[in-house]
Amino acid sequence: MVEELLITARANPKIDPSLGIWSWEIPVYLFFGGLTAGILFFSAWMILRNRDEETPFAASRYAIWAPIVLSIGMTTLFLDLEHKLYVFRFYTTLQPLSPMSWGSWVLLIIYPLAILLTLATLRKGYPMLAGLLEKLPFGSLALDLSERFKRPIAIWTIPFAIALGIYTGILLSAFSARPFWNSGVLGPLFLVSGLSSAAALAVLLAKQHGERLQFARIDLGLIAVELLLVGLLIINLHTGSGPQVQAVQQILGGPYTQLFWLGFVLVGLLIPLMLGWLEIRNLNPVVFLGPLLVLIGGYLLRQLTVDLGQVSTWTNYASQFNPQLLELLP
Amino acid sequence: MSRYAMVIDTRTCIGCGDCVVACKTENNVPAGLNRDWIVEATNGRYPDLTTEFRSERCNHCSHATCVYSCPTGASHYWRGTNIVLVDPGKCTGCKACIAACPYDARLIMRPEGYIDKCTFCHHRVEVGKDPACVSTCPTNCMHFGRIDEPESLVSRLLRERRSKTLLPETGNQPNVYYLV
Repeated sequence: MVEELLITARANPKIDPSLGIWSWEIPVYLFFGGLTAGILFFSAWMILRNRDEETPFAASRYAIWAPIVLSIGMTTLFLDLEHKLYVFRFYTTLQPLSPMSWGSWVLLIIYPLAILLTLATLRKGYPMLAGLLEKLPFGSLALDLSERFKRPIAIWTIPFAIALGIYTGILLSAFSARPFWNSGVLGPLFLVSGLSSAAALAVLLAKQHGERLQFARIDLGLIAVELLLVGLLIINLHTGSGPQVQAVQQILGGPYTQLFWLGFVLVGLLIPLMLGWLEIRNLNPVVFLGPLLVLIGGYLLRQLTVDLGQVSTWTNYASQFNPQLLELLP
Repeated sequence: MSRYAMVIDTRTCIGCGDCVVACKTENNVPAGLNRDWIVEATNGRYPDLTTEFRSERCNHCSHATCVYSCPTGASHYWRGTNIVLVDPGKCTGCKACIAACPYDARLIMRPEGYIDKCTFCHHRVEVGKDPACVSTCPTNCMHFGRIDEPESLVSRLLRERRSKTLLPETGNQPNVYYLV
């Protein structure tokens, strides 16, 4: 038997919960960041493929959601910083070994791209908004220029959208100190989940039946790939090093089991998969339920991953102390 | 690159906590936060028990994952040594380094918000003194010095005694050694 006792206090999240690394702010950012990546990817893709007729929403009305959603995400990201006034320090350097440094530069590039893509589609998608913008100085010029360079903007958007979607997963997977995160599957999993969330949002927002059906079909494929990646992640961790095996036990019988399997896998993936399948056969009575569950599942994936990484660690003091013994004292 | 190491004799440590108090006093560590701490590990089954006291802190790793994960360069090696420091003027408080440390040795300074940690008292090392914890230890169980100098006290102790580091399997190459 080994028993380890801390005989002086230490600043550690496991002893002082107020020092927990990341709370709700980061999962919210990871979700909205992934969603933005998906929105930009689909709008740029449909623009490049000239799908104005078949997918009018994605080609001209979807891009405006990207800067809105990204702004919410970046706000919560900022809220999480403990030393907020020094946020500019992200942009005084590029640290080649830090995925977070790469990510902050990707954000700096994707933001103007999202605004340019919105401007390029504004006259077609939202004529009233475009009219308002034209009244501002340089408004017409901005719209004209963005429309003129619509294709190059869309071409540049694709790789940066993919970078935005995948870097958050790579960032977490690069932390070897947190066994649950330390898997290369996390990057692709987050990317596919972000694309799936964006496809689901398109089903919710598009008006034309044909377009909704097309995105329902796309989402069906993405959910299937996501299920495969979740399976690979579990196999990867379950056959990994001791701390990884211990980490994955949290969802294989441990305290996170129910939320992971019932909340994320069943509600967030399997039920939408079934509803999507019914939808493309025109058998689905509740069209909006599936995509809504996909969005909930997308958020749950981020929250669960962030939490599970933080409860998995190399430093486990082998404490056998049983507080109930104190009650036996006279 | 100068490589500094701390060598702690678990056979003479009695877990008195003076190193913890010395650190808090020397570095003005706020109430409720600690840069070092003591673990009492008991092994075996009654009545055959052995106890080991370990004074733990940042391991000033030669391959410090916290330094590599920092997006702003705030976490850095001090003057080409293995001493890992945080520059509060560059730290955004993103907490990537806390996630990256397998020893959970970093803390968030309250109320300022930047990340703080053991510095091996580099301000004392700079003028040829030992870190505060080492110079305070009443049982003289803690030793500090350059491990890249074969004749230094720490090098000789590591040659002559059996020793271990914590979690070497993480690949971080820790530089706090425990004589067992």
